[in-house]
Parts: sequence; C-alpha cells; structure tokens
Amino acid sequence: MPVAVTPEAVEEKVVETIASFGVPVDDITRDSTFEQLDVDSLDLVEIAQVIEEEFGVALKGDDVKDIKTVGEAIDLVVSRA
Amino acid sequence: MGRPVAITGLGAVTPLGLGARTLFERWAAGQIGIVDGEAPCSEFDAVAALGPKTARRTDRFAQFALVASDEALADAGWIAPAAPIAPSAPAAPAAPTGGAESSPHDLPYAPDRIGCVIGTGIGGIGTIETQQDVLRERGARRVSALSVPLLMSNAAAGTVAMRHSLQGQSFGVVSACAAGAHAIGTAVRMIQAGDADACVTGGSEAALTGLARAGFASMGATSELGVSRPFDARRDGFVMGEGAGVLVLEDLDAAVKRGARVLAVVRGYGASSDAFHLTAPDPEGLGAVRAITHALADAKLSPGDLDYVNAHGTSTPLNDRAETVALKAALSDAAYGVPVSSTKSAIGHLLGAAGAVEAIATVLALRERLAPPTLGFGEREEGLDLDYVPEQSRALGNGRPAIGMSNSFGFGGHNAVLILEAA
Repeated sequence: MPVAVTPEAVEEKVVETIASFGVPVDDITRDSTFEQLDVDSLDLVEIAQVIEEEFGVALKGDDVKDIKTVGEAIDLVVSRA
Repeated sequence: MGRPVAITGLGAVTPLGLGARTLFERWAAGQIGIVDGEAPCSEFDAVAALGPKTARRTDRFAQFALVASDEALADAGWIAPAAPIAPSAPAAPAAPTGGAESSPHDLPYAPDRIGCVIGTGIGGIGTIETQQDVLRERGARRVSALSVPLLMSNAAAGTVAMRHSLQGQSFGVVSACAAGAHAIGTAVRMIQAGDADACVTGGSEAALTGLARAGFASMGATSELGVSRPFDARRDGFVMGEGAGVLVLEDLDAAVKRGARVLAVVRGYGASSDAFHLTAPDPEGLGAVRAITHALADAKLSPGDLDYVNAHGTSTPLNDRAETVALKAALSDAAYGVPVSSTKSAIGHLLGAAGAVEAIATVLALRERLAPPTLGFGEREEGLDLDYVPEQSRALGNGRPAIGMSNSFGFGGHNAVLILEAA
C-alpha cells in the first residue's frame, strides 16, 4: 500500500532521495534549485520513480520539466495525490 | 610513417592494488592478486575515490577508468595528484570531492586537440544484470534512467573525456580481450595522422558478474581449478580479473617541447584478424604472426631487437600453444632468446583492460630493465619451449634503452600488438 501523501512525508522522501545522490542534507531546502544541487534530468526521473513507488503518484515528463526547486517538486506531488 | 608518439603518464587499477607502479612492483616481487579463483580489485573503493555522485552515475568499469585516468594525467603532469585515498579512515565523511577533475586551462594542449579512446570487452554488464533484475521483478517503470548511460560500452571514454575536459575525438573500442591494445593503437594513429596532439587511452573491464562468469565457464574458457599459470602444462583456462589501465600519449616533439618526462615511445603497432573461428585462435597462429610482423615493420625493427615480450598468455590450453607457435613463426630464432612472460599469471585476465594494463606493465619492465616472471610456471609441455621467465624476475639486456612487445588477442579473432621502447 502506498504511504499517505502529506507535505511532510513527501518532503522527507524527496530530501532523502536527493541526499542519496551524494548531496549534503544541509544543502537541501525547499528553495534550493535542482541546478544548485547538481541534480539533472536523469536524477529527476529517479526521484519521480521513488515518489511513484512510495506514494503511488505517477509524474510524467511534462509534469517535471518546468520544475526548478525542491519546493515546487514537493508541491506538485501533493497536488497530484 | 607519422610522428613519433610518447607515453608520458600511466595509471592502473588492478587486482594487485591501486596504481601502475604498485602493479609492476608487486608482480615483479611475485605477488598474485587472485583469490578463490578470481581476481577482483579489492583495494578499490569507488565512493572514496570518486565521491558518491560520480560513483552513482557510473558503472564499475567506468569507475576504474576514471580513477586510472586521474593517476595517468597526474603522472603526466597535466593535473595535480589526487589526495591520498584512505578508504579505511575512521568516520571520514565521504565528501563528494571530485577534486581530480581538470578544467580546460590545466591542459597542456588545446582541449579539442586531445582525444580519448578507451577499450572494453563488454562494458557495463553489472548494470545490465542489475537493471534486468529490476525489469523482471518490479516492472519497466522502475528501470533506472541511468541504465543506458551506465551500461553503454563507450561510457568509460565518455566519462573520462568529461572529467578532464578532453574535447577531441572520443569513443570506445570493442574487440574483446584485444580492446585495450586496439585503443592504444588507435590513439597512436590519431596522433600520427595529426588529428590530435595527445590522447588519453587504455582499457577497462568490470565483468565479475553472474552472467559473464557463467558464460565463460560454459564455454570452458575459465580455469576450473581457479589457477592462472600461463604456458604451464597443467593450465586449464583463464582466471577472470577486472580493472583498468590508462596511458597519456603525446606527440613526441610536443611532449619534449613542453618539458614533459617521457616514459617510453610507441615504436610500432600492428593489428590483424584471424578470420578463422569465433573464439578459438588459429592453431598456426597466423593472425598473430601477421600482427607481430606488421608491428615490427611499423617499428622498423628486427625480431632480434626485442629485449622482452609481454605475452597475451591467458593460461588457456589453446591460446598459449597458438601464441608460442606464432612467436616462433614471427620471430624465428630470436623467439628462443627473448624472455616471454605473462602479466595474467599475477592478475588473471582483465579482458578488455588486459591490453592496456599489460602495455603499462611492459613500459615499466622496460624502464626498470626487469622482466617480471610468469608466476606458477613449473611444468613444461612439449612444444612450449620458449623462455617463459619462471619463478622470479630477470634483468633485461644492457646498453641501449630496452625494447619490448605486448601481445593482445581477442575472441572474434582480433589481434593487436604494440612495440614499446623505454625513454
């Protein structure tokens, strides 16, 4: 069963996933841009896969292509739940 | 023939440890990197060497090439040496350093005049197998977006070029166990043709995986005893190894002009195809003879000029016999007077990395004037009667700079031979 979607739960999962890429946790805030974090389009696909598996929320390429910050990504997931 | 080509930097990750000189010193001292019938790079720690981000975005075969390239470029004086790696340091947070990356202004030549050619036998087979499991067990939507960039056979060449801002020609070379030597030969020709002033080249392989292991075992290529003893009567197949070797090649005149320390010169390169059988060598060694003959002609040398032969010497019944036949045919009487030893006796068979790692071992043997031994060689087989340097290292010749030949032969019938001279 997917985990219930709350802003807190999504933020925790997104931060955890980005940190697993080798980004220091302290650098990851809602306002951080993926460019600042050196997270590219291939990494975003992986984040989307983790989100889908955890929360059952499927994001498409068109959904994420305009996403610039960690906060925008979290908000998108929450809005799609 | 085109411009002479210098070797100015060496780097290696092998089952004998990290570093080109570590490989040579340990082999020459009689150490063996084979454990329980395989030769893994057990001293290699990708996260410690490359940082977590790069480690995650590369297959193991590309990781080996990146680390070997850092060493080779530092050895050539192109970049500062990496900080010493201490994988066992207590509680040291794995910082994403990536400190060895070059920027274009560090390089001694225009970035678009530096090529990058890295060979491999199979490429990212570890990634293929892992992602195949993901596909089967969890479905297509879970397959990593990094699958293809990790598994592609040109990934080592691509990532090494990116890491060091090498903007000239860059590609992978695929010719099974001859790939490392073909890559070097291709890089030599690139410089000689004037298409590049320098080239970072070598070979890399990380195929200690379930599928590769089973496939080689099924065809009877690997040793059931788990022992690598090339040219010995008891040999029963090769031992699988992994690793990478990377060399920095430069136009000799340009290298001298920039004050580089020249380690060796590539005197000759020859390549050919058996066109005989998918995996078995021509028993007469005719393809190998043609490659050796071409290399000697390219070098304008005679068989008697060779001070050392670093054999392909896989420890398979077929290769070692065919190679011996080929050496006798190509070198005639000189075959009996030249020491012939196999690096695979110490580190097993590094497949697509073998030719590059063995070229590096040859360069250091020529510079140190020391032929390392064919370890484990003890029982002679009829017809295998060359000087295989049993038991311990042997001093090489005297007088002029030493000249050596490194042989590489691959499944598919690919033969590539390099002739090197110590500077």
